[in-house]
Amino acid sequence: MSLGKFGHYNPDKPMQGRVTDVGPRYYGEMFPDIIIRNYGKWLYHEILEPGVLVHVSETGEKVYTVRAGGCRFMTVEHVREICDIADKYCDGCVRFTTRNCIEWLVDSEEKAKALKEDVGSRKHVGGSLKFPVGGTGAGITNIVHTQGWLHCHTPAIDASGVVKSVMDELYEYFIEMKLPAKLRVSLACCLNMCGAVHCSDIAILGYHRKPPIIDDEVIDKVCELPLVVAACPLGAITIAKTEVKGVKVNTVKVKEERCMFCGNCYTMCMATPLADKEGDCIVLLAGGKISNRLSPPKFSKVVVPALPSNPPRWPEVSATIKRMVEAYAKDARKYERLGDWAERIGWERFFEKCELPFTEHLIDDYRLAYDTYRTTTQFKFTEAAWAVSKAVGGI
Amino acid sequence: MPRIREVAKEKAREKGVKEEVKYEDIRIYTDEELKNYTEDDIKAFKCKHDLPDVLELEKGPWSSFVSDAIREAVHRSKLPDDKMMMAKDCVEDLLGTLQLSYIDKETHWKHGGIVGVFGYGGGVIGRYNDQQETFPGVWSFHTLRINQPASKFYTTEWLRSICDIWEYRGSGCMNLHGSTGDIVCLGTITDQLEPMFFDLTYDMGQDLGGSGSNLRTPSCCIGKARCEFAMFDTQEMCYELTMHYQDELHRPAFPYKFKFKFDGCPNGCVAAIARSCMAYIGTWKDDIRIDQEAVKAYVAGELAPNAGAMAGRDWGKFDIQKEVIERCPTACMEYDGGLKIDNKECTRCMHCINVMPRALRVGADTGFSILFGAKAPILEGAQMSTLTIPFMKSEYPYDNVKALVDKVWDWWMEEGKNRERLGELIQRWSLPKFLEMIGVPPMPQMVREPRSNPYVFWKREDVPGAWHRDINEFRKKHPR
Repeated sequence: MSLGKFGHYNPDKPMQGRVTDVGPRYYGEMFPDIIIRNYGKWLYHEILEPGVLVHVSETGEKVYTVRAGGCRFMTVEHVREICDIADKYCDGCVRFTTRNCIEWLVDSEEKAKALKEDVGSRKHVGGSLKFPVGGTGAGITNIVHTQGWLHCHTPAIDASGVVKSVMDELYEYFIEMKLPAKLRVSLACCLNMCGAVHCSDIAILGYHRKPPIIDDEVIDKVCELPLVVAACPLGAITIAKTEVKGVKVNTVKVKEERCMFCGNCYTMCMATPLADKEGDCIVLLAGGKISNRLSPPKFSKVVVPALPSNPPRWPEVSATIKRMVEAYAKDARKYERLGDWAERIGWERFFEKCELPFTEHLIDDYRLAYDTYRTTTQFKFTEAAWAVSKAVGGI
Repeated sequence: MPRIREVAKEKAREKGVKEEVKYEDIRIYTDEELKNYTEDDIKAFKCKHDLPDVLELEKGPWSSFVSDAIREAVHRSKLPDDKMMMAKDCVEDLLGTLQLSYIDKETHWKHGGIVGVFGYGGGVIGRYNDQQETFPGVWSFHTLRINQPASKFYTTEWLRSICDIWEYRGSGCMNLHGSTGDIVCLGTITDQLEPMFFDLTYDMGQDLGGSGSNLRTPSCCIGKARCEFAMFDTQEMCYELTMHYQDELHRPAFPYKFKFKFDGCPNGCVAAIARSCMAYIGTWKDDIRIDQEAVKAYVAGELAPNAGAMAGRDWGKFDIQKEVIERCPTACMEYDGGLKIDNKECTRCMHCINVMPRALRVGADTGFSILFGAKAPILEGAQMSTLTIPFMKSEYPYDNVKALVDKVWDWWMEEGKNRERLGELIQRWSLPKFLEMIGVPPMPQMVREPRSNPYVFWKREDVPGAWHRDINEFRKKHPR
């Protein structure tokens, strides 16, 4: 126990007794015994019901896993409750998944049932489930997401609030396995894309739509101007001189029509903020995946250029995502990921089936854009095609 | 005692840390202090800020982070003043900040913040509120990244210890986990960074993770711990490389960040191919192992396809022809009462194994492929990693891998521009240059297709007569 303001640390002799480079604890300390006994000996697995897995080992042993959703943002009180459950049912072991779900492991089906019953019925005072059980098989599991307005300085949108709103809307898909394949949703609050936005079935992305405001008065004092210039993917920033309160100062100039609002200059320099209540919006992407199953990994593609960012419930975002999920669920073939489906039916059909308008913002215009254009006569007629023909007097 | 437990004790002894973390040795709060509130206290709780929008997020079925935060705020409000080093009401001020952002639709965190612990150049992300008078409890709200144990298995002894230390020296708010894998301790003041670091290292034998232009915290899928598809020991390799490169992780020496991720098979459960500069993805080079009786059981409908993953909908009877044979991307399978696979044509996409996990097993001769260069869009566009090393045996202590890592880093550290990811350097210098630098020959597997433009570079020494020519000699045959 280390108490008091400084605990073990002596600020007068900061290097005294300092332990460094010990790395993480060895994983083997943290495994339950049943995992150690069967490490590398697993033969097969089954999903018994949504949220419950069994793995069978060549030793004959079986381990049952109960998976529950986690908010990623969680307090020590929540973690202590997770520990209470693990102490009660799992000999004090618990794990987290790569999508921030919580997994408790037990050695019998009866224990798994009791565990599921217990964790699945725990509710917050506010009414939501503390540990919604599910996230397995062909459904929608947890949303990989970022910091948003809770902790980051470059976001265009919030993260935790949007995720909560969207997961409430998609909840039925978390607790059931009724889709053609798994569907991964992720969120990033700016286009640094911390996490998985560039490779998810459906992705939510915070986006700015106004160029940075240059704080001429301080920029040369607080920023390395060449780094600001180099931060721009489109070369929209140049070094400039200007006058502030009668004093000549070095600053940067942004060619506004060449700026696409990525915010990377702000990452490098506090004097180029660009967040804006009216400009900031939500972009939706679709069709990415990272597994190599059937088709190679794919990037997600921009399918909605801007939805309003409306706290606290973001109704436009939830509704649009739900519409895409339902169109996919209705139309795609078994094992087909959302991107595989969109490519098979053609993106023109995807936009039609999902009732999404197609705008010029969705046509790539960055460097290798040409590779994304349609250089074939193979296309399907939709309303959008008739509109083009009508516009030139073709019909 | 099982071997893994013995190794764990050895590893702890080597590092000079406690062999096991016991909560009783570390705990800060008494049982009474931990159970110091009731549900009625939460219902009666009045936050110091008005939170009309934020409280909307308590509704609905999905677990509410707001409800959780309020519970923590109640808990903190009832802890003794001398049992926390950070503002008692910091969680309330955090929610207040969020409410203000919900009104303003803009973040209220100031730009940047450079803080840390002596000896390290990373691991802590500094953060300051831009409304410090309104939200004094979070005027500074720094994050510590704690290096998670491989594949995120925990003992409650360890987790409870972290909880006590963090509630005492920080806000009690966490992310489990950060996208890279770390345990994220969200929110403390500068004064508490060193004491927190000492508690972690002294009491828990536990280090920080990475941030900045360095090797970030490596992470792995669940691997052999609980998956029949795992083709190498993802945890062991993740741990070994994390330990081997501690210096590169804690003291930024690179042009930009660098990430390792370890996937046990091509299903990619830790997304190595999209989210790491050097992706290790399990594979095999012999035959898929077939249990023909189990195949028949699938065909007969006795076993659920894909382990029951689609059980929530009636997809009709399992049709091996339609669902497996015709879906195989290389069409290398046949079924005529028995299943045949032309393994040399198989690209190991995992589909058939995923569909029939009881009948098909990955090969027995296993290792991993290595792919390089994934990154998010900034600056030059998003990249997935590029297949470069088709197969490597996986053998502790991975000297072959370390030798390769060192070559890659030697090149990138020398040639990489400021804030240039490895993937971008490969783009700028070209894949052939990269191959030359790491000393491997080209192979067709490195490309989806050969180039279509004919703008081919040649080295002068590869062309007969090299490049030294005399215009007068040329003119003897070709007068002006």
